[in-house]
Amino acid sequence: MCLSIPAKIIIINENEAQVSVGGAMRKANLQLLENPKIGDYVLLHAGFAIQILTTDEANETLEILTEIARLNREDID
Amino acid sequence: MIYSENDRVFLGHGSGGILTGELISNLFFYYFKNDILEEMTDAARLKIKSHFLSFTTDSFVVDPLFFPGGDIGKLAVCGTVNDLAVSGAKPLYLSCGFIIEEGFSLYKLEKIVQSMSEEAERAQVQIVTGDTKVVAKGQCDKLFINTSGIGSLIYRNKGIGKAENICNGDKIIINGSIGDHGISILSARNELNIKTNLMSDCASLNGLIENVLEKSEGIKFMRDATRGGLATVLCELAEQKNIGIELNETDIPVKEEVRGVCELLGFDPLYIANEGKVVIIVKNENAKEVLEIMKKHPLGKESRIIGELKDINPGLVWLNTQIGGKRLVDKLSGEQLPRIC
Amino acid sequence: MRFIDEYRDPELTAQMINLIKQSSVKSINLMEVCGGHTMVIHKFGIIDLLPKNIRLVSGPGCPVCVTDKRYIDQSIAYSRLPNVMITTYGDLIRVPGSTSSLEKEKAKGADIRIVYSSTDALDLAKTNPQKNVIFLGIGFETTSPSSAYIVRQAYQNKIQNFFLYSAHKVMPPALKLLAEGEVKINGLICPGHVSTITGSEIYEPLVADNAIACVVCGFEPLDILQSIFMLVRQIEKDEAKVEIQYTRAVKPEGNAIAQNLLHEVFEERDDWWRGFGVIPRSGQKIRQKYGRFDAEEYFDVEVEETKIDYGCICGEILKGLKIPNECSLFRKNCHPANPIGACMVSSEGACHAFYKYGKLNQ
Repeated sequence: MCLSIPAKIIIINENEAQVSVGGAMRKANLQLLENPKIGDYVLLHAGFAIQILTTDEANETLEILTEIARLNREDID
Repeated sequence: MIYSENDRVFLGHGSGGILTGELISNLFFYYFKNDILEEMTDAARLKIKSHFLSFTTDSFVVDPLFFPGGDIGKLAVCGTVNDLAVSGAKPLYLSCGFIIEEGFSLYKLEKIVQSMSEEAERAQVQIVTGDTKVVAKGQCDKLFINTSGIGSLIYRNKGIGKAENICNGDKIIINGSIGDHGISILSARNELNIKTNLMSDCASLNGLIENVLEKSEGIKFMRDATRGGLATVLCELAEQKNIGIELNETDIPVKEEVRGVCELLGFDPLYIANEGKVVIIVKNENAKEVLEIMKKHPLGKESRIIGELKDINPGLVWLNTQIGGKRLVDKLSGEQLPRIC
Repeated sequence: MRFIDEYRDPELTAQMINLIKQSSVKSINLMEVCGGHTMVIHKFGIIDLLPKNIRLVSGPGCPVCVTDKRYIDQSIAYSRLPNVMITTYGDLIRVPGSTSSLEKEKAKGADIRIVYSSTDALDLAKTNPQKNVIFLGIGFETTSPSSAYIVRQAYQNKIQNFFLYSAHKVMPPALKLLAEGEVKINGLICPGHVSTITGSEIYEPLVADNAIACVVCGFEPLDILQSIFMLVRQIEKDEAKVEIQYTRAVKPEGNAIAQNLLHEVFEERDDWWRGFGVIPRSGQKIRQKYGRFDAEEYFDVEVEETKIDYGCICGEILKGLKIPNECSLFRKNCHPANPIGACMVSSEGACHAFYKYGKLNQ
């Protein structure tokens, strides 16, 4: 369930935003979020932004994955 | 009677997938039985005395009538020209029938006709006969156009329309990115409030195809990937010829905005309509050369080799996914619908 | 695309798979509850990449799949009322009811519109004052806030012609039943988007009472692989705890604004889940304050008797007891162009995923 997609806030107009998914633009309702800002990436689900994606955490996840991959390669080598 | 009074036509019957196929074989082929029809090529191959002709027809009901990159008129010319070209014919003459709703703007009609004239000139075809009907308000949605076309089947010996000689190892080439037309139409319709800068890829491909057929060997099959998308062309081919088809996801060109809309709505670009894309099956040894020839033409600049034919998994099409897995590319069952799950 | 492509890297994928293979010794069952996870697993071909000792079992996290057939029959009955417009997510349009479907009714002339967002449904109510617009609200905690929002909007703006027909459900009671059910679940791939709303604390009872390893998982291939690795790591050490893999979107406390909105508009009720029967306090009903927007209160319709599909085992599939291949209707009478059970209609239903993917392995 819950097809949700990361979308970037481009314009904010009171309770709504125009968000971009790869350049395609859709209106998104911001009323479920606290303090969304232009430039934030949000999870877009059925026209609502349900959460702001935290870049720090995202980077950390990728770093962990990359590190795991690196260690794994070294183990094999 | 095949159908009862309760049976209905759904939008899915027009989407180019399984339902369309069933309607055609259960109803139309059943009543219109003949060998030519049952070849199931895009254009019928006709032999009249010693002349070989290709003959095709197509109807255009697109909404909205005007969209980024074209309009219903341009589409009506390109669609029929392309059906002729992919059968190996030189498109020559088109007919054109209009069904117009009462009250339709003459200004818009003129723009559409102008567009048809421009496209016909680009494609070097002539519109030589036609028909016009006007129906009362509400009896048709603004404007429907039918075009039929005749081409001279110069490449008749190449068996291209029927894929007579395809085999294991043949490569699959497409002339550019998929899904542009379908997504630009969806965006222009604005029912889902999604905006893009996408243009329809609507174009007459006969120039590109002529280049390929004249300058190289090894072309075994061509089809334009219209409604039902790239996947439908390949699924039908795999099934008809009982051959396996392998695709590589990372080689299939998809524009970022098309990907964006597809991720948003849960669509698969493989099934989305195109109006300026041709799928070519070519002998392995000629693939690189054909690719180079295509890239030199304005409508082929982004051509890519996207997969190959295999003699495993006969009748099936599968995709090597971008993460290194595999998945089946199945036939489209009905229209793709936006989903939340 | 940002936040997407990075998690689809083939090199990282290959290494994660190796790591899982190296770390995973025990034969285990991991349940992926969420239909979205089912989709990704099949779409990217992850199933074949995993070692054979890890069995992925599909669960009931597909709102379309678990929605009672009667809900469809009742929606169809509403659509046949004069001056009614049905607005729905695309997911429901082909789900078979007892004798018809919304798609079939649309073809016969009923005013049924597909919307992408609940707010589009409310807009249609505003622009069509002569019609009673009923929105079919399906979905779990990820989606129910958007239904709650439009009900509150309708209330605040005194919109007279808008109604919600709620089939919204909540996950925890179903998860509890599964934990105590017939299939031994060693680990749960927890639904990431539900968890953005609810937070991760809802899985603590499964850990405490049933010793099930829980990882809250994102929806890209690498998210799923990393989550599987984290579950394997817990299980191999005989540990059970709640971990969040999807840290970029899920906080332990969830989304308070959405939770408050849900609480304001909805209250719990017992609800019927396909495959499970009635699960206490698992459904969401509109509270009395907003009762005038409840389609079930406002419209009186006769609903045909629910037809049972003999041979359809969607229920057992949703509980992980059987796989689609074991259904006598699978691929014969039941396939995507002619679905009998909801698991085949929904593109994230186990049967649909199995159908599309399974042929390749034969």
